Amino acid sequence: MTNDTFTLEVPERTKARRRVGQVLFRGATLLALALVLIPAIWIVVGIIARALPHWSFSVLTQTSAHGGLANALWGSIIIMIGVAIIAGTFGLGAGIYLAEMSGSSRRAKTFDSFLRTATEVLSGVPSIVLGFVGYVALVVGLHWGYSLLPALIILSLMVVPYIAKATESSLSQVPTSYREGADALGMSTGYSLRHIILRAGLPGITTGLLVALAIAGGETAPLLYTAGWSDQMPSLALTGHQVPYLTYPVWAYYNQPNKALQNLSYDAALILLVLVVGLLVASRIIVARTQRHADVRR
Amino acid sequence: MTVLRTAAEPEQPASPGSPGGFAAVRGFLRKHETTFWRRGTLVAAIVPFVGLTFTIIVIAIKGWPAIRVNGTYFFTGSSWNPGSTYGATTTVKGVAVPQGASYGAWPLILGTIQSSVIALLIAIPISIGAALALTERLPKIVARPVGFAVELLAGIPSVLFGLWGILTVGPLLARDVYPKISSAMPNVPILNFFKGPTGQGEGLLTSGIILAIMVIPIITATTVDLFRQVPPLNQEGARALGMTDAEVTRSVTVPWVRSGIIGASILGLGRALGETIAIAMISGAILGHTAQNIYSPMTTIAATIVSQLDSSFTDATGFATATLAEAALVLAVISVVVNLLARLIVNKGNRLGVPTGK
Repeated sequence: MTNDTFTLEVPERTKARRRVGQVLFRGATLLALALVLIPAIWIVVGIIARALPHWSFSVLTQTSAHGGLANALWGSIIIMIGVAIIAGTFGLGAGIYLAEMSGSSRRAKTFDSFLRTATEVLSGVPSIVLGFVGYVALVVGLHWGYSLLPALIILSLMVVPYIAKATESSLSQVPTSYREGADALGMSTGYSLRHIILRAGLPGITTGLLVALAIAGGETAPLLYTAGWSDQMPSLALTGHQVPYLTYPVWAYYNQPNKALQNLSYDAALILLVLVVGLLVASRIIVARTQRHADVRR
Repeated sequence: MTVLRTAAEPEQPASPGSPGGFAAVRGFLRKHETTFWRRGTLVAAIVPFVGLTFTIIVIAIKGWPAIRVNGTYFFTGSSWNPGSTYGATTTVKGVAVPQGASYGAWPLILGTIQSSVIALLIAIPISIGAALALTERLPKIVARPVGFAVELLAGIPSVLFGLWGILTVGPLLARDVYPKISSAMPNVPILNFFKGPTGQGEGLLTSGIILAIMVIPIITATTVDLFRQVPPLNQEGARALGMTDAEVTRSVTVPWVRSGIIGASILGLGRALGETIAIAMISGAILGHTAQNIYSPMTTIAATIVSQLDSSFTDATGFATATLAEAALVLAVISVVVNLLARLIVNKGNRLGVPTGK
């Protein structure tokens, strides 16, 4: 007599081994998660805890000459706006070219992939190297001195790849049917770009721009040797005037033997943190709001 | 009635009653609009290439005298001595050099490699684990804050990591953790690098740990993107066969994205190699010799450039600045090679065209 049903005999030991493997795996991933979360919370809390006990809002209105950070705050804001204008223009243009304008011939494709590689390689060049170049070529070479223009050029060069990448990848996710529809309606290139394609890709582009601004606002090394430092309010002069910025006091004052200067360093750190968190939250809100209506998902 | 307008069709007059130059210019612009967009955006797309070329040329020219004078000693030597910058100068190979100047960058190069390797050893397992937890069946209420934490870590300026590392993490580790590791390690090769004086918390291991925290978001974000592209059917099929999560991960998910993970790690390596200001604050910034053990002060190429550029101005011959340019060139070449390598690996191994950047 033969048995129709067939049962697979799994040894108890194998079962146990698999169960243990699963538990260990789950434990390991959750541990990794915790090891990412803990530093993030720790650094935020640590910076707030250092600045809060002596925090006074007068640091936002007084210049460094009078023990505040108003000059640095405004300098950073000016630098960020300048970078948004310069790097935003070139990054957006580069992203549009790479996503929309690339040719279909073999030679054009090679050329485009060459440009893409150059963009990616530039994003990997350490910021201090770019800062050094800014110092040698712009500050000294062109006699601009520590000033706004070399800082803007170098920071823009740093973040253009990010904006280009964000633009390209968000435009490449716009459905082809949008473009075909625009073409079928007889829209011109510019009109369909401005009103159809860029609009659909806007959340991704905005996020890229805000991340780029966060990078620009948080840089220290390239600014030290391009923008200089000043304890006066910044001017809008492009060359010849040093520009204060928020990361300088953090870097230069934390190990000073003067308690007031140390506190200034912690205050600057807190303002920087608020700035970065603000930019991140803003980008999240923009994405969440626009995603509700668009059928383009990131 | 014309509904469709093709590029070849001549432009219609703008409006019947508007004569003169303005309409003509508008007509011209409209006729060549596609060309203008193409050329305009092409200019922007060439900017990164121009910037990259300009960067390499400037540091190569500036560093050329130093490359000639320092020779191979730059890569093998250990003494970092600017010479008598206010005293006599000598001429070596047609280059004016302060007397007694000798620059060996071996400690910087080794420090850069050591700190980056430590950072990657810590960061890669944590990043992959976190990426798995983020993509595999985690409730939204947990996944969201963790996603934000990763984004936050990526966005926090490096000077804040430096401040936090030097004031909070370094002293804590040096007081509570390092002495225990140091005394627990057996005195055998490799592991005896962990023995010896543990210092004040400024040094190689602290730098490596802080660097790891800085590269974790890069590797995690890239790996999460990779995991999301694994076809769900394959994973569901494996689950239907009765595999546990661990087995699905090991035999389906990870093999699918293996080369991508390597690429992501190399991207993280690129960031670690070039990190400047945080390392300048945490490393102890010691010039002239390599780390004695894993706790001892060290420095990296990037940190040396930022901390020595100021004092290099006192060298009237400009040789100190030229040497820093040479160091910058070495760093730039290493980073470019590492990035190209990451790109190559990711492109070669993955035909899906996985995006690697952030």
